[in-house]
Amino acid sequence: MSVDGKAVAAIDARGLTKRFGEVQAVAGVDFTVDAGEVFGFLGPNGAGKTTTINMLIGLARLDAGTIRIAGIDCSKNPKAAQHLIGVIPDDSNLYPELTGFENLCFCGALYGMTKAARETRARELLERFGLAEAAPRKFAGYSRGMKRKLTIAAGIMHSPSILFLDEPTTGIDVASARQIRQLIAQLNTGGTTIFLTTHYIEEAERLCRRIAFIVNGRLVRTDRVETLMEQVHGQHIVVFTLEGAGPRLATKVATAFPDLAVEPHAGGRLQVASTATVRVSPLLRFFEEQGVEVMEARKVQPSLEDVFIRVTGIETTVMQREKERKPMGAGV
Amino acid sequence: MTAWIAFGNILRKDMWSYYLKPPNISWGLVMPLAWAAMFFIKTGRGLDSVMMMLPGLVAFSVLFGTTSLLAVTVTFEKKGRSFERLLLAPISLEVLMLAKTSGAILFGVINAFIPLVMAAFLIDLTGINWGILLPAMALIAISSTFLGLFIAVSVSEVFEAQTFSNFFRFPMIFLCGLFFPVAQLPVWLRPLSYALPLTYGSDMLHASINGSGQLPILLNISMLLLFCAALFVMSLYNIRRKWIV
Repeated sequence: MSVDGKAVAAIDARGLTKRFGEVQAVAGVDFTVDAGEVFGFLGPNGAGKTTTINMLIGLARLDAGTIRIAGIDCSKNPKAAQHLIGVIPDDSNLYPELTGFENLCFCGALYGMTKAARETRARELLERFGLAEAAPRKFAGYSRGMKRKLTIAAGIMHSPSILFLDEPTTGIDVASARQIRQLIAQLNTGGTTIFLTTHYIEEAERLCRRIAFIVNGRLVRTDRVETLMEQVHGQHIVVFTLEGAGPRLATKVATAFPDLAVEPHAGGRLQVASTATVRVSPLLRFFEEQGVEVMEARKVQPSLEDVFIRVTGIETTVMQREKERKPMGAGV
Repeated sequence: MTAWIAFGNILRKDMWSYYLKPPNISWGLVMPLAWAAMFFIKTGRGLDSVMMMLPGLVAFSVLFGTTSLLAVTVTFEKKGRSFERLLLAPISLEVLMLAKTSGAILFGVINAFIPLVMAAFLIDLTGINWGILLPAMALIAISSTFLGLFIAVSVSEVFEAQTFSNFFRFPMIFLCGLFFPVAQLPVWLRPLSYALPLTYGSDMLHASINGSGQLPILLNISMLLLFCAALFVMSLYNIRRKWIV
């Protein structure tokens, strides 16, 4: 992406600040998204992800800070760069009374596409998303996965150079989620810059080049995925699924085995990690002495999830459950 | 070019999705018929009274046709978040809101013709001053639509918009001089009458249909344009303040 021959960042956010009454939703957030990269924006509910996106796309005013999209200053005039961006919200917010085809054509028209151009593009996208047969059906009658796919198609109708994706795979079936992830990768290969928020850490790990973690309205870490992963490189992790474990079991294990990093997880799981191989037999004996039954012991590869937990102190499973329980469209 | 394509398509979508639906069309037909029937039954008067009744029916049709539907095209879409798509389009808020309201304005003007067409079967309409009537219908439709827009963007639920609309519509019908001249109202109510856009529209309708207008036409037109501008600007201000938080 260049302006007057000079390379510019796709998104440059400096000191973004937003307050809703007593709540400081976003506090001095700085980041840059390079042209052509997939940038992950991760955090728990209420961390400030949606507010940040809303400020970037022009649906929320900034209390302080500056935003440049492809070098265009959008801080005072959010409309200035809206022709360059596509937005795929976490909610499938198309028009229920229109058919799939009509919805796409209407979205193309909002960006000034001619009738012939939008009809050709709509047919192409419906085909690509496997929705060609459903094209003449009203959006209201679509399944959740189909709605999600059409919402994504609507977001890329005008071939934006920067795409904001808010929780693209939340609440849809595995096959549809996989198809959407493939599409994100394809779009990026085609040169589209992608700003992605997701609760699925493995999705971010698979798709993103760089990731920012936001907690309580502040960025706690922004880095390349490989750099983040270095933190857990060489770690040996075993996850035990236990029955009858008391609330203080993790502390007891940590005291008894000071060389191990112990983290309790939801669902009666206990994660132990070490830079050396985790010896399971002493742990099994210890659990037995504590009257705890071991249902399963599984060696896992360290992942970005471990980095996330380490950086934010928040369990990803809790975060995912929160999101899936949350009513559509809610968010800070 | 982008703005025109977007404008045309928003208008077309709203017309097909909301306005040209059987319930709305039947509402546009039933409303003036019901009022006319009520008037005849109540007064027992003959067809000679149609000319006196016509301004009221025209105003009534336009006012109810326009203000009701903005609650759907704007408040409902805002609640369902599809309005965000429009806010994200690379067109100005002014163009967007003109597109969203132009359907209601057109619908209002079409509604205004329904009582006229009905009346044409009963009486001779050659005495009507169309040069005043047509701008009157258009200005009443625009000001009523912008009043509907102002209400729609001031609330968050569709039912609130409907309730709030009635709060304006019914007093306005009785205070605007459609059914009895403003001069016959108690002195303390008259300032309120002159603060209503429909008072000026109603005066234009009286002047064009039965020649009984009380105010200069230019004053009526100026006041209606002023109301249109004020309501539109206030609506945009509310959208920017409340919806782009």
